[in-house]
Amino acid sequence: MTITTPGVSPVTVTSGITLSVDGVDITVPKGTLVIRAAEQLGVEIPRFCDHPLLAPVAACRMCLVEIEGQPKPQPACAVTVAEGMKVRTQVTSELAEQAQQGVMEFLLINHPLDCPVCDKGGECPLQNQALSHGRAESRFTGVKRTFPKPINVSAQILLDRERCVSCARCTRFADEIAGDPFIDLLERGAKQQVGTSSDQPFDSYFSGNTVQICPVGALTSAKYRFRSRPFDLISTPTVCEHCASGCGLRTDVRRSTVLRRLAWDEPAVNEEWNCDKGRFAFGYAAEGRLTHPMVRDESGELVVASWPEAMSIAAAGLRRAGSRTAVLTGGRLTLEDAYSYSKFARSVLGTDDVDFRSRPSSAEEIEFLAALVAGKPVGPTYAELESAPVVVLAGLDAEDESPMVFLRLRKGARLTGVKVFTVAPFASAGVAKVNGRVLTAVPGAEAAVLDSLADEVSGARDENRLEAARLLREPGAVLLVGERLAQSPGALSAAARVAKATGAALGWVPRRAGERGALDAGAIAGLLPGGRPITSDAARREAAAVWGVDPASLPGSPGRDLGAVVAAVNADTKAIAAAAKPSDVVRSVQALLIGGVEANDLADPAAFVAALDAVPFLVSLEQRHSEVTARADVVLPVAAVAEKAGTFLDWEGRPREFAQVFREALTLSDSRVLAMLAAELDASFGRGDIASVRGELASFGSWHGDRAQAPGHAPPEAPSVGSDEVVLATWRQLLDRGLLQEGDPFLGATARAGVARISAARATLLAVATGEAVTISTATGSITLPALVTTMPDDVVWLPANSDGSNPRVTLGAGHGDIVRISGGVV
Amino acid sequence: MALTEQTRADAVDLAGRYPQSRSALLPMLHLVQSAEGTVTADGIALCADVIGLTTAEVAAVATFYTMYKRHKVGRVHVGVCTNTLCAVLGGDAIWSAVSERLGVGHDEVSADGAVSLERIECQAACTNAPVMTANWEFLDDMDVPRALEVIAKLQAGEEVHSTRGPRIGTFEEVERALAGFPDGLAGEGRNDDKMLAGLTYAKAHGMSAPPGPAASPLAAGAASKTEA
Amino acid sequence: MALTPILTAHWDEPDSHTIGGYRRHGGYDMVPVSLGVHPDEVIALVKESGLRGRGGAGFPTGMKWGFVPQNDGKPHYLVVNADESEPGACKDIPLMLANPHSLVEGCIHAAYAIRANHAFIYIRGEVPHAVRRVTAAVAEAYAAGFLGKDILGSGFDLDIVVHSGAGAYICGEETALLDSLEGRRGQPRLKPPFPAVAGLYASPTVINNVETIANIPTIIRNGADWFKQFGTEKSPGFKLFAVSGHVERPGIYEASLGTTMRELLEYAGGVRAGHELKFWIPGGSSVPMLLPEHLDTPLTYEDMAGLGTMLGTGTPMVFDETTSVVRAISRWMHFYKHESCGKCTPCREGTFWLEQMLERFEAGTAIEADIETVDEICKQIAGRSFCALGDAAATPYAPALKYFREEFLAGTHTSADELFDPVAATVFAGAAAR
Repeated sequence: MTITTPGVSPVTVTSGITLSVDGVDITVPKGTLVIRAAEQLGVEIPRFCDHPLLAPVAACRMCLVEIEGQPKPQPACAVTVAEGMKVRTQVTSELAEQAQQGVMEFLLINHPLDCPVCDKGGECPLQNQALSHGRAESRFTGVKRTFPKPINVSAQILLDRERCVSCARCTRFADEIAGDPFIDLLERGAKQQVGTSSDQPFDSYFSGNTVQICPVGALTSAKYRFRSRPFDLISTPTVCEHCASGCGLRTDVRRSTVLRRLAWDEPAVNEEWNCDKGRFAFGYAAEGRLTHPMVRDESGELVVASWPEAMSIAAAGLRRAGSRTAVLTGGRLTLEDAYSYSKFARSVLGTDDVDFRSRPSSAEEIEFLAALVAGKPVGPTYAELESAPVVVLAGLDAEDESPMVFLRLRKGARLTGVKVFTVAPFASAGVAKVNGRVLTAVPGAEAAVLDSLADEVSGARDENRLEAARLLREPGAVLLVGERLAQSPGALSAAARVAKATGAALGWVPRRAGERGALDAGAIAGLLPGGRPITSDAARREAAAVWGVDPASLPGSPGRDLGAVVAAVNADTKAIAAAAKPSDVVRSVQALLIGGVEANDLADPAAFVAALDAVPFLVSLEQRHSEVTARADVVLPVAAVAEKAGTFLDWEGRPREFAQVFREALTLSDSRVLAMLAAELDASFGRGDIASVRGELASFGSWHGDRAQAPGHAPPEAPSVGSDEVVLATWRQLLDRGLLQEGDPFLGATARAGVARISAARATLLAVATGEAVTISTATGSITLPALVTTMPDDVVWLPANSDGSNPRVTLGAGHGDIVRISGGVV
Repeated sequence: MALTEQTRADAVDLAGRYPQSRSALLPMLHLVQSAEGTVTADGIALCADVIGLTTAEVAAVATFYTMYKRHKVGRVHVGVCTNTLCAVLGGDAIWSAVSERLGVGHDEVSADGAVSLERIECQAACTNAPVMTANWEFLDDMDVPRALEVIAKLQAGEEVHSTRGPRIGTFEEVERALAGFPDGLAGEGRNDDKMLAGLTYAKAHGMSAPPGPAASPLAAGAASKTEA
Repeated sequence: MALTPILTAHWDEPDSHTIGGYRRHGGYDMVPVSLGVHPDEVIALVKESGLRGRGGAGFPTGMKWGFVPQNDGKPHYLVVNADESEPGACKDIPLMLANPHSLVEGCIHAAYAIRANHAFIYIRGEVPHAVRRVTAAVAEAYAAGFLGKDILGSGFDLDIVVHSGAGAYICGEETALLDSLEGRRGQPRLKPPFPAVAGLYASPTVINNVETIANIPTIIRNGADWFKQFGTEKSPGFKLFAVSGHVERPGIYEASLGTTMRELLEYAGGVRAGHELKFWIPGGSSVPMLLPEHLDTPLTYEDMAGLGTMLGTGTPMVFDETTSVVRAISRWMHFYKHESCGKCTPCREGTFWLEQMLERFEAGTAIEADIETVDEICKQIAGRSFCALGDAAATPYAPALKYFREEFLAGTHTSADELFDPVAATVFAGAAAR
């Protein structure tokens, strides 16, 4: 529903166009639409097709107003203001009022009277405006238009055609905003209706927005259909936990159950949109949750325990391990919770073996983040993307990994001519939709391609590279890097060089919601909160002051990251097995404290699981059962986002605070559990409640001390690839097998089908065509998928990560940039 | 018939005739209809593929225009104009008679598959009302007996000539001509008495338009430009 | 007044549609003439002639051409609206059948004037023979060097694409035609921007009717003064009047604008024998009907406006006393409902409602209050729809009610077919009786 809230106080604009609306003068910027000018005066002109983020069409005719000098009433949604214009709306013009009543009567002749069972009833612009701008009685006594009900335009979106008023907001959204014109207006005249073609459902990552902007109940979601009435819902403004886009949401609850989530109006971030994952993937928090603490009994089984018992066992184990504990966290964490882990590791356990990157990562990435991202002010921003002369993406597929970045790039490409380039092996669907051009990079060669942009001349051989290099030097240019660059040695170093050489703003767009917050909270080896280097005495003093501990008690040298921790555990295991007297081998990692880490997200899931099995003591703070909880000595259930307040830092670094949806929730946040654990360990920690954690974070302030230098790793040599081998390119699509999407089958059904992308030459070589099977294999295993012939380098194959039928990290033991074998058919 | 490599090649040809390939969509839908006798999902997919649209976008266009058929029409697709003027002058009577004879209504095909019937709107031949069409060729100045005679011939597969155009070809042939692939029949047909009514009257009554000047007033300008 | 065969002068020659037949009477002789002067001179001449658009709206053609911005760096386009579909209009199709080269030649002059190197002739799809004739004429013109690159060594290039529509009356609306020509649903566009500034492919575009363009070669050949001796000051020139309906000799009558309907009826042999004129419509179903008392009003843009109607397409439909006005209006309502594009609410829903209401009058099942309800529905459409189709749908009822209220009152108890024997109205009624 997008009725602009009236009552916004009139804005005083010194230079602009002055017109009068219902006799009241107002000055607005040139180009303003009459309907927007009226809103500023608090005059709400009824409307259906109008939407501030869609191009005007003046189709529904509901907003007709009288404009002096015009013989006919004019659509306020499509007429731009003119100096001296005199507009009379329904408030003062009988002509306008009659015109609007006439249009309303027309809209209602074919609208069913099923408001009592319609999802939209109670929040329906048609219902509301029929009351405010319609006649009390209809004169229509004929036969209404009917359709068989309803039709699925996708697994998730249903359409009741007889309710549709042909405002075309949904089809215009699909075409203009999402770039997925899989729904369109079909038929003509009174038979006109929204529909899909028979062979292609409305599988758009953004389809749910059409339900929200539908001004009637024509579009509904399978998730929410017939679940509730809007007046029975309790609404809370929230922020999405699924990615780093930072979308503002509204979470609607009835009887302690989340029934739906809507995109909320956040002009600086998500405007009025969100993606379907953010909208529909919340079932994970309702079903299959961990509800009670669990500990191992004598037989080694996990059994339910009381909080005091579980705390006591956990504390004992951690006390034994002390600073030989490593703290590993994942992308679901809020800023506050990540901070608590960061603090707990350093001030309670005295370890710097901390890492929030529960995904393939590198030491180079830590250097990069420490130098250029951690604790830095907000920016580049969404608004900067929209007005940039160029945005170069590297190791980032925006549509899959940060949908709002994608929508903003598309908006910029459509409306303000933003040019988009992507350092990638091919143009994905999302790249095409932003008119993006590919700076072709075989996985592993990203650094070399980026370096060619740093030096304008060396890129001269490739027209696209030359243009990108030139545009990057213009004011406002932006370079965005994704988490995948960490898998390409030298690439982040090269990105830093490009930014420095060109002056382009550099943005880091991680995939998960919690990553930027965790970085700034210092949940990573080597960094204290705010980007403070742990090696800095001043930094440690500042941290110790906030934490109320002795600076000398804090670790003074960088600890190990996740990969190193896992390697150390497994190396010790090996050493123990080989040792004549195993007790002589002292493990360097005695305990793991883990929150939010999924094995399948990691570079080497098998090694991680082996480490879980081997580590002497394992504490898991988790929402749902996982590989980690299955192996933990103590499992402590923690709150999902709806059960706590918190903050995500979006990719811009913008704090996105949200409130607790379930104020009566009994679950505890990670912070509260860590605080309890600290108390059990007799450590000074605080209560871990949201207010005190935020207070501590605020007292840190900005870091003005030294920072690490940006990494200067050189690009690697290109690997040699055999004739039946290709380089694997892989990343996760928006909808995949992520745990936070569990419990949402309608959403899952709209995920993109798995394919193996190969070049035409490779397809010829393998004698396969699009749709025919291709098998990718390593010594570990093989994956067979239908081929999709794509314009891309011949020595590359792309597979979706962590999808149904394709999880290269697990099945192949291979990731982005690794060499795999390829063959036609099923092997 | 079916979509072939030639259909695709023709579609690509059409796309190349316009500054922007999407402009070829209407002719292209005529083309796929000429290949399959109707607009099929495959035809829509072919257009979408050649132009670079989604199939929904093509379906949106295909369902907007009444000449694109959702199911196979007869060998001959017959239209009877029942817009006001034709209806009043006999179109309604012709419609009833033809519909009864064929045993079909609007947008239906006779049991033998020979003839499909459509109530059509004004064909821009009002001087020749009541008007029928066969595969869109004019059958002017109809009455009930002649309409039934034509229908009988069409059902029997006999040759029927349009009043102002060529012999009636197949639906697919006409669709191909509409798609922009000439069938060589432009020279067929004649200007009828309705088209010549005014000229005939003028000649009979010695009426003519006054002659113009000896030379175009622009010619002087053209000459001076040439000299310059 | 008298008939003035100009465009139709040689239609009785069997090869009138060929380049040979056209050139025999001086066709294409003017191409080097106009290409030899500055394009602005061509625009000036057409402006001076006072030629007004023959598609229905009557907008001055030269002025329309003058709106096209020059030196704007964008391609310009000429689009010929050959989507003749207005009920009653049947002049452009005969012209394209009989003399397509006059259209092709007109395109050359017009395109040169507006600096377009690309012209499109959008012909309604339901008339394949017109498509064939124009396509053949274009091919002949290419072969003769009147189209293509560097026409007659002038340096001017022009390509013409003949484009078939696919069955949608709305595509006669110029912006809907542009969307259709761009391969979209033929729904009208918001104005501004106007096509002269942002038309086809968002580039400056002139859209002219077939008859308008076919007039251009005569103006180039004979000049503005010659042209202005026909017609009136405000409606100069001549017109293809297509007279249809209950007349003895329906057909195309080319005469000066300002000719009266009484004169046209005389040429057409009068209302069919034994019958008398009931009502007539000067230019398509979308303009208000007139009565016998209006027969002596000159058929000009201004005089028809004076009667509260419009010259429209200048193709009068004649109905005699056997015709049920209710049935006539009802059928037109069906037409507008069938052809409404669906974009805007008043037209889409209003025509849906009107059709049902008029069917009640026709069936004799209306109630008296329906008379006012229909009038109000029309008023709720007129001036509030997106484009003129809605206005057109709202037009026929009010004058019909004004002149023939008793027939609508009768529709509350008696069907139209009972009141007016449909057989009596047919052209073959006499034959059946005999």
